[in-house]
Amino acid sequence: MEHKLIFKDYNEALKQNKLLGLKCRACGAITVPPKIVCRQCASPDMDVIELKGSGKIRTFTTVFVASEGREDEVPYTIVMVELDDGPWIMGNLEGIDPKEASMELVGKKVKMGHKVFPGDKYSAGEGARPLFSLVN
Amino acid sequence: MKKVAVVGVGETKFSGPQDMTEVELFAEAAMEAITESNLKPKDIKALFVGNALGDFAEGQGMVQSLAAENIGCLYVPATRYEGACASASMAIRDACMWVASGYYDIVLAGGVERAATMGTGLATRTFAMFSDSRYEYPAGITFPAVFAMLTHLYADTYKIPLQKLREQMARVSIQSYKHGSVNPRAQFYGKNADMTVEKVLGSFVVSTPLTLHDCCPFSDGAAAVVLASEEVASKLTGKPVYVTGTGQSSCGPLGNQSDYLPRIRAREISSQRAYEMAGVKPQDIDLCELHDCFSIASLIAAESLGFFDYGTAGEAWEKGEADIGGKTAVNPSGGLKSKGHPIGATGAGQVYEVVRQLRGEVEPERQVPDAKIGMTDTLGGDGGTLVNMIFERGW
Repeated sequence: MEHKLIFKDYNEALKQNKLLGLKCRACGAITVPPKIVCRQCASPDMDVIELKGSGKIRTFTTVFVASEGREDEVPYTIVMVELDDGPWIMGNLEGIDPKEASMELVGKKVKMGHKVFPGDKYSAGEGARPLFSLVN
Repeated sequence: MKKVAVVGVGETKFSGPQDMTEVELFAEAAMEAITESNLKPKDIKALFVGNALGDFAEGQGMVQSLAAENIGCLYVPATRYEGACASASMAIRDACMWVASGYYDIVLAGGVERAATMGTGLATRTFAMFSDSRYEYPAGITFPAVFAMLTHLYADTYKIPLQKLREQMARVSIQSYKHGSVNPRAQFYGKNADMTVEKVLGSFVVSTPLTLHDCCPFSDGAAAVVLASEEVASKLTGKPVYVTGTGQSSCGPLGNQSDYLPRIRAREISSQRAYEMAGVKPQDIDLCELHDCFSIASLIAAESLGFFDYGTAGEAWEKGEADIGGKTAVNPSGGLKSKGHPIGATGAGQVYEVVRQLRGEVEPERQVPDAKIGMTDTLGGDGGTLVNMIFERGW
């Protein structure tokens, strides 16, 4: 069975600031990141759609101890965003001082851009991630 | 299914970086378990070995076959299990199933890891491999970051002021340090018994709001157990410890668990299966070695296991209800926080502790009085693998 959307195509779209997802024809649920079946009902009958990428911060952390090879990036803030379309996705938050990140971020509305992780010797190439910023 | 008993246990000291190879570490734990069982290596019909990162720690794959040969278990099937921090618990659970089926009567199961040997940078990188490599790692996820985000989510979900929650979490670390300080096999044996809330909150920040003392250490170590059928066990020991219930569950990336977070749904399902199989309830558990990779992880685990209501585990720790003499004694070994967390061995280390507690063999300061039913809880990845096992005295 073929995938409707694989990482490679999701990643290429994200690099154009487009967030692709899958909408289930059986139950209507939206799946992102992509999988071969719907995250709610496991139906493979889904259509690729473009999501808005907007949502609200559900949780966050600022990282001070990095993985090997990423020491230069700290401190940086990771957020879990609940998209307006439902699913939660992980990304980074820009436009704030990471050291000042606090519980006040929870519930704040965000919009999406992207940033590319160039990859390391373990990662089988690059990978873009959502780069969120607060909506005033 | 046949009844399955633990007839012998073995464990190395859990520690920081040390000089033994993974094969050597596992062999020490395995021979201790075999000898304690009044058996010889030739009696072992199969090996089940947890090991998550040996490939990275010392360039060693297929450690289970080399370990089997090293201890004189020649030409028997040896299988490696990889479920991140739950690897050894997966190995022991599957080993139980083989004995329960009647196919083997005596097997060895356990695990080994040299996470401390890797150093913080490589260990942090490789532990992050248990998150989603394509959809989470590009954002710089680390294991502390996963539980740091669960901390903030927990505070928001249950409307607990973050400072209050952090103080409750500090109590978890303090309790674990207290018990680990009197456990000679613990990484922090003889250390940190004088830990205070202020010291926990004031240590350096790993990933907000988690400080060093909220986080378990990287550890080297190995642990192993011998499992036998009821018939064989009755000939080997007067104190067989029966595995009366097991459960295992899995799920996907953290974001895909959003319907339940900060609860870990895989744990709820895994533990329910174990309780049902054993025919016991959470309040029947005298002690539980649970997966406290971070202080917040203890609160989340104790609630999902049914020991305390959601959002109240922090209060329980403050009142001593999770300590020896409380409702359920949690981590009398010192847990991952103080005993240590050699990830591929951790679950076997938990079983080692529970078995010795049920036999009444641990140091008096941390012995749970008259413990009859014990439980283990092991989490791999950010909830991706969960294993629970229940053990009961067979005498």
